[in-house]
Amino acid sequence: MNTLIDNTQHQREILNKLYLIRDLEEKIAAHYSEGKMRCPTHLSIGQEGAPAALSVLLSDKDFAVSTHRAHAHYLAKGGCPNAMMAEIFGKATGCSGGRGGSMHLIDENVGFKGSTAIVGNTIPVGVGLALSQKMRKQDNLTVVYLGDGATEEGSFYESANFAVLKSLPVIFVCENNLYSVYTGLEKRQPKDRKIHQLAESIGLKSFHGDGNDVVQSYQIFQNAVNHIKQGNGPCFVELETYRWREHCGPNYDNHIGYRSEQEFLTWQQKEPIARFEQWLNENSQLSTNDFSASRANINTKIEQAFKFASESPFPKAHTMKNHVYSEQHND
Amino acid sequence: MINTNQLSEITYVEALNQALFLAMKKSEDVFCYGLGIDDPGRIFATTKGLVEEFPERVFDMPTAENSMTGIGIGAAIAGMRPVMVHQRLDFFLLALDQLINNAAKWHYMFDGKRSVPLTIRLLIGRGWGQGPTHAQNLQALFAHIPGLKVVMPSTPNDAKSMLLESIYDDNPVVFLEHRWLHNQLGTVAEEPENHPDYLPMDKARVVTQGEDITIVSMSYLTIEAIRAVNSLKEQGISAELIDLRSIKPIDWATLSLSVKKTGRLLVLDSGATTGSVAGDIVSTLVEKEFTALKTAPQRLAMPDIPEPTSYALTKDYYFGAKEIADKAHQMVISVSAGDVYTHLVKEGHHDVPGDYFKGPF
Repeated sequence: MNTLIDNTQHQREILNKLYLIRDLEEKIAAHYSEGKMRCPTHLSIGQEGAPAALSVLLSDKDFAVSTHRAHAHYLAKGGCPNAMMAEIFGKATGCSGGRGGSMHLIDENVGFKGSTAIVGNTIPVGVGLALSQKMRKQDNLTVVYLGDGATEEGSFYESANFAVLKSLPVIFVCENNLYSVYTGLEKRQPKDRKIHQLAESIGLKSFHGDGNDVVQSYQIFQNAVNHIKQGNGPCFVELETYRWREHCGPNYDNHIGYRSEQEFLTWQQKEPIARFEQWLNENSQLSTNDFSASRANINTKIEQAFKFASESPFPKAHTMKNHVYSEQHND
Repeated sequence: MINTNQLSEITYVEALNQALFLAMKKSEDVFCYGLGIDDPGRIFATTKGLVEEFPERVFDMPTAENSMTGIGIGAAIAGMRPVMVHQRLDFFLLALDQLINNAAKWHYMFDGKRSVPLTIRLLIGRGWGQGPTHAQNLQALFAHIPGLKVVMPSTPNDAKSMLLESIYDDNPVVFLEHRWLHNQLGTVAEEPENHPDYLPMDKARVVTQGEDITIVSMSYLTIEAIRAVNSLKEQGISAELIDLRSIKPIDWATLSLSVKKTGRLLVLDSGATTGSVAGDIVSTLVEKEFTALKTAPQRLAMPDIPEPTSYALTKDYYFGAKEIADKAHQMVISVSAGDVYTHLVKEGHHDVPGDYFKGPF
């Protein structure tokens, strides 16, 4: 096990990404009820492992697209925290100028090409990005983040089929958190059929693992990325994980009746950050002191992001008319 | 040296074909795809020769209208200029999520950071039993969505220039071609802007100038309207015919100017009456030019029923030159035209554009 993340730089980067996602979202949750973040907000707390492990293997020229639950994907890819927080606050300095909110994040500087609010609808967009990479003979790939619910959408099958057909450089990352809003997987998909097996049957090279085990996730992603970069076509990675808070909003919702407190506690035990810290303690040169120093540093950045967001100006009301159409050429 | 101002007479199909060749020659970012794009039929010959010339950038696709639209969007936000084609508009309805939630919104919802230069060619069928789901004219549905452009060229040179401009527009464009226009002949220039009739994509064309009534048409209805206008002239009625060309945006300035001159407005629409583009044009011009109007504006649009299939059931479904002339005559003279325009009823089978059309679609 101790050679799984032998890259010290990657160890530190993953740790920092985990802290950033967790602590920034905890701060959103803590302040959400103040009514200044006035948009539907889907927290990724509990699901930080996969994007943190994958993103250290990517460059800014690798693209990513995501879903309504996009914070972790955006931040892990290197998306600007200030611009994300300003967007959630509806400010002019937000990454989408206040037009998109929490569900519409973009940071093209780091290859994060966008997240949207319709389940399954960035899957083909990501495959199209990968098509452009292949047509232009670029040595990069595209990450398509999706949840278990999106594997029930036609767009998943259509897109996977095309990606396999054209052998496109795309990695589908399915974070299976067991729920589509309040509807459990067992009500939506046959009991004995695994999502990754289904993907395999379409022709995607498929992997499966514990998304809360960062070390295992990293190893899977290394294999998947290598598979794609060697020109072997698209991959599908299913990682099991769990969202701690409600589908949309800052609260815990174990009491409302669609899942049990016991189930939540079981998953909380498998929490990705503490497990990774423990692994680092045992297998790396990083120690508890490094963890707290890193975390303090990250939290300074988070404070700055909130300060930036709350002090930024709102967009002027009349600017709502801007950008319906493009008048300029893309570069 | 080649004289680029020289005009040649070709069909609408050949004009589309020339536009695709030109667009692909001009930029490596342009690629074309669609079900059957390189099959023996070549989308009614509009993509003839294309795959041979550009084998890397012309490809057939899985029968997956929604995701193939999304894939075009993904390539477009990476800076490419995809051109998708569907042999019937109706097939494309599976793709409304990608069209409405992504293509139309991307530029706006990401604060203008990235636009979607995607062209979607949709063919509108008619007659020969095309029936309820192979003959829909849904321009109003597309025009309803902010962020989309919608065009319906009616002449070969417009087909050529507007397809090129759609491809080089930075916004998603729904390019609607009526199947009954495909065999229309007309002159084109090698570079379409060198044609004497050239107009930018977003401008309406005054086809004939007139004093007594403004008739607004679109797509194939322009062909019917020209026949009507010629007959109205023989009756001493001077009609100004305006071919809309662009459904979204609409060239309101040209429409207003004409209505101020004539005081009468008849709008033709190949789509169902309720919620039609014609309805929107009438209401907008009533709001803007009410004092100029001498009589209540009228629309001639399709009935609020699907197109039936049977030869017998479609007999009275479409309107044409006669109905247009009757309506305009009534509006200008205030009396019924009687049998004056009976000669405008097309001879032969009602369900084909001409004897050359032998089906099946």
